[in-house]
Amino acid sequence: MNRTIPQTTDQQTKRRSGMWTRRLSGELLAHTLLIIVAVLFLVPFLWLVITSLKQKSQVFTDPLVWIPDPIMWSNYPKALTSPSFPFVRLLSNTIFYTVTSTLGVVISSTVVAYAFARMDFRGRDTLFGITLATLMLPGIVTLIPTYVLFSTLGLVGSYAPLILPVWFGTAFNIFLLRQFMMTIPFDLTDAARVDGAGDGVILWRVMVPLIRPALLVVAIFHFLYTWNDFMGPLIYLSDSNDFPLVLGLYSFRGRFGGSVDWPLMMSASIAIIVPVVLLFFVAQRSFIEGVTLTGLKGA
Amino acid sequence: MASITPEANRPPIARAPRRGMSRRLRDDLRAYLFISPWIFSLLVFTGYPMLASFYFSMTKYNIVSPPVWIGLENFRVMFTEDSLYWLAVWNTVYYTAISVPLSLAVALGLALLLSQRARGIGIYRTIFYLPSLVPTVASTLLWIVLLNPRLGLINVALETVGLPRLGWLQSEDWSKPAIILMTLWTGTGGAMLIFLAGIKDVPQSLIDAAMIDGANGWQRFRYVTLPLLTPTIYFNLILGIIGSFQVFGQVLVASGGGAGQAGPLNSLLMYMVLLYRNAFRSFNMGYASALALVMFIVLVLLTLLVVRTSNAWVHYEAAPRR
Repeated sequence: MNRTIPQTTDQQTKRRSGMWTRRLSGELLAHTLLIIVAVLFLVPFLWLVITSLKQKSQVFTDPLVWIPDPIMWSNYPKALTSPSFPFVRLLSNTIFYTVTSTLGVVISSTVVAYAFARMDFRGRDTLFGITLATLMLPGIVTLIPTYVLFSTLGLVGSYAPLILPVWFGTAFNIFLLRQFMMTIPFDLTDAARVDGAGDGVILWRVMVPLIRPALLVVAIFHFLYTWNDFMGPLIYLSDSNDFPLVLGLYSFRGRFGGSVDWPLMMSASIAIIVPVVLLFFVAQRSFIEGVTLTGLKGA
Repeated sequence: MASITPEANRPPIARAPRRGMSRRLRDDLRAYLFISPWIFSLLVFTGYPMLASFYFSMTKYNIVSPPVWIGLENFRVMFTEDSLYWLAVWNTVYYTAISVPLSLAVALGLALLLSQRARGIGIYRTIFYLPSLVPTVASTLLWIVLLNPRLGLINVALETVGLPRLGWLQSEDWSKPAIILMTLWTGTGGAMLIFLAGIKDVPQSLIDAAMIDGANGWQRFRYVTLPLLTPTIYFNLILGIIGSFQVFGQVLVASGGGAGQAGPLNSLLMYMVLLYRNAFRSFNMGYASALALVMFIVLVLLTLLVVRTSNAWVHYEAAPRR
């Protein structure tokens, strides 16, 4: 996946053939366009921050207020300690949800993917075909019976319906990890087999260290998916003490009724966005490789 | 998305020659042990719900009392009596028909911009992708502020350039365009990165050959890059259709929750919102299952249609990717 090499050689060719002026004007045009679009993409973020620092009365004014006066830093502690938005509790619920779900997905999907990639058994190709087919399955068709199932088990109102299903692997992650494992030379796993290692040992000692980048991609995307998950918690959770951040924000807005305190809403939103953005900057490489590797749309 | 049919170039699994059935059986059993969680999941969380939704769709069922068989009654009500049904269908089709092509075009445009050789391109890539990270509830709340009909930033900007202010989420005509606008901000980053990878995979030799033949920038894009991108466009088109038919979070937040009208004159009553209300507000599980089933069948047919027509416009003659 090394995509930078052709680019560099091309630049060198151009430099040698002396196309400096053309290159420069081309780059100028590109930069102009890029800056315009970048501003369009950044203004909503800017407005989010500005609004979060305003007084409630300054949100919708004519003319617009670009620099809040006074700057309401106190909006943040006010929003995050509000009894309608118990941030610490919501955060710990979210962390519980994301971490348990992500751990389960990574472990189970790795084990299953290994069987698809390295073990020879009857029905493997059929089963893999079914797995691919479920990739395209719209969630809508399984939603209600799954709810009924968990309702019968008395688990509606807990995190079990949100976490339990993915502990048995998900089609997408199995597919992704299996594809990645297929790129690992068979010599490496076969050598371990000749030395007498069983499949469990080969998976844990040979395969897992080699596919660490793919595991990271799976973990990051699943973490993000659960962090942003709205519909699952909305359907299954009813006690606001159990809510994750996103659902907490939704119900925070609902409590205002007609006159919403937008600066507080924006402060709370920023508190939810910041951890995700930080994660993105820490693991940017994995992110971008992951999106292109998997064809995953957004989060 | 390397390839959906990976079996073709798969190396054989090296292994000692088989020593009788018992060894083979033991291999199978060990593999089934590894794969058992997934088989369990396929049976319990995919197979059973699919079968059950066929059954539920022919019943009257509120979870509390057992399902009562009513045959095709749910479908009759859906197609002939429920006026909200056709409204939801119309809203969803409207949203999908505009937002999917538009999102693809914007994502492709952004990717083309990012494929330019300019300094600091990584920063722009980050900026364009950043909105995709924002949770739906947070981004929708932000856009409610931006799209305020009286003094929102967007309307003030429109007025500055001499355009009329719009009602956006408060207006029957503009509420769906408002949601589409939000989707363009939050929903194009992923596709953009995929397109960018596709553009970078176009062999430089082809571009050079076209340049020698005198092709200008637009011609190089139209006749070299674009045909080679069609598999990627195709893939994103299918995912886009499936995703936007099930649009839910944005509209639920933007239209102020699950009760009352969904947006002005129910103009934001999307299919998924109708289903959510029936299933989890009034617990008409039978009717909601029928709704889900119809959506499922439509999506399968649409996907098949795209697959069928793809021969006409998707080019696979490119060198195998990666």
